[in-house]
Amino acid sequence: MEALHSRLADLSNDEVKRYSRHVIMPEVGMEGQRRLKASSVLLIGTGGLGSPLALYLAAAGIGRIGLVDYDVVDFTNLQRQVIHGVSTVGVSKLDSAAARMLDLNPDIEVVKYNVPLTSENALRIFGEDWDVVIDGTDNFPTRYLVNDACVKLGIPNVYGSIFRFEGQLSVFYAEQGPCYRCMFPEPPPPGLVPSCAEGGVLGILPGTIGTMQATEAIKLLLGAGDPMIGRMMLYDALEMSFHTIKIRKDPACPVCSVDKEAVVLLDYEQFCGMPAHDHSEFSSVGAADELDVQTVTVHDVKSALENGDDILVIDVRDPHEWDISAIKGTLRIPKPDIQLAKNGIQAGRKLWEETVLQEIPKDKTLYVHCRSGVRSADSIGFLSEIGYDLDKMYNVEGGILAWADEIDPEMPKY
Amino acid sequence: MAKIRIPTPLRAFTDGAADIEVAGGTVGEALNNLVDQHPELRAHLFNQDELRSFVNIFIGDEDIRFLQGLDTEIEANESLRIIPSIAGGRSLGVEN
Repeated sequence: MEALHSRLADLSNDEVKRYSRHVIMPEVGMEGQRRLKASSVLLIGTGGLGSPLALYLAAAGIGRIGLVDYDVVDFTNLQRQVIHGVSTVGVSKLDSAAARMLDLNPDIEVVKYNVPLTSENALRIFGEDWDVVIDGTDNFPTRYLVNDACVKLGIPNVYGSIFRFEGQLSVFYAEQGPCYRCMFPEPPPPGLVPSCAEGGVLGILPGTIGTMQATEAIKLLLGAGDPMIGRMMLYDALEMSFHTIKIRKDPACPVCSVDKEAVVLLDYEQFCGMPAHDHSEFSSVGAADELDVQTVTVHDVKSALENGDDILVIDVRDPHEWDISAIKGTLRIPKPDIQLAKNGIQAGRKLWEETVLQEIPKDKTLYVHCRSGVRSADSIGFLSEIGYDLDKMYNVEGGILAWADEIDPEMPKY
Repeated sequence: MAKIRIPTPLRAFTDGAADIEVAGGTVGEALNNLVDQHPELRAHLFNQDELRSFVNIFIGDEDIRFLQGLDTEIEANESLRIIPSIAGGRSLGVEN
């Protein structure tokens, strides 16, 4: 394909030296390196995917790199977000990333947007002369937002996504091929797929996928090779397998098949039924939202267990979370299992006694806990839908995190 | 027999199995046999008898939406893939 633009910037002698391993390759050459210096790339997110992206694109000499993030560096980020470090824990991710990028390459310009990307600001930010946008976000609402804004403005969107040991890579460029919505017209409803927050991710995986996204961005800018337009690469780290599938433009795509002028950015949190970021005021409609769920504290749980009260404490976290920490004397049934059992009973496919719920007596007082209290409230909602008495169920406030804070300081938190 | 590749997010419902062999002359038959073997998968793939709109099924490297959908015939030893919609670290956003 042709390069995305024909601008060329001058290189100093030091820059020629810095980029000599690029310049001696015919696919890049002096002209390609001058083109990269005249290029601009906007990174959405400076987390797992954004870290390698920002480092390698800075090192490669992309002249202007934009970063959109609102978060601060957290200690738990360092397992995968390698642009940050212990010295920048608590610092804005933008400042942390920009400092490292400019240390690596002081000849580039870093533009910082210290905001959550929203439908209100996306067109303004994307409209500030970016040749390529790279989607390194971690949630569905922002992915749909990035896609729709890129389609509207005619900017290629280098897409990468990860889950545990599995990664996806594509280039969504509606001018020349399909967009994200052609492949994924709508997101899965919250609660129907196993959650990723407790699912985790191999720390190296965003490194693998992020560096591939950086490769695709450079190819687009140079006009070199075959970009991943109309294709998606599926990576499985456990098998170390790569598989490429074809993605076709959907002639009925609600976004890329209509006039760009007519593309309107939506309320993507509403569209996806979930918040996009921690600062969001969006309230997802969970199973328990309509219910008045009673609560108990971790101290109540402790004394009930110690006194041998006639109650049942249920831990609805996932099995691998039980390995990290657990309260002794609890019945352990993951929330997805409760939800599936409930669905089966409601659909008439299963009897109560054929499901995991037969372990939960209907006449007993239940204290339900998870990590911090959201999944357990939802679980109480599910149980109440199939005949459990709401008056006998209590959500443990703050979950096992509160237990670690208030009862057992030795317990690891995650 | 056709091999169906199960994506990581759905392996919780296949006892961890990544590849499952099923009988079936069409994609629809193969998927029905799959959910018969692993009933908990049904709600994730189907709404009544319709494939859920966010479920992508590929045969070889082609999307069945651009072939004959669930009626697409499976040649001997062709493999099917369920391509998940994944978003990254906070896929669902609703978790605590």
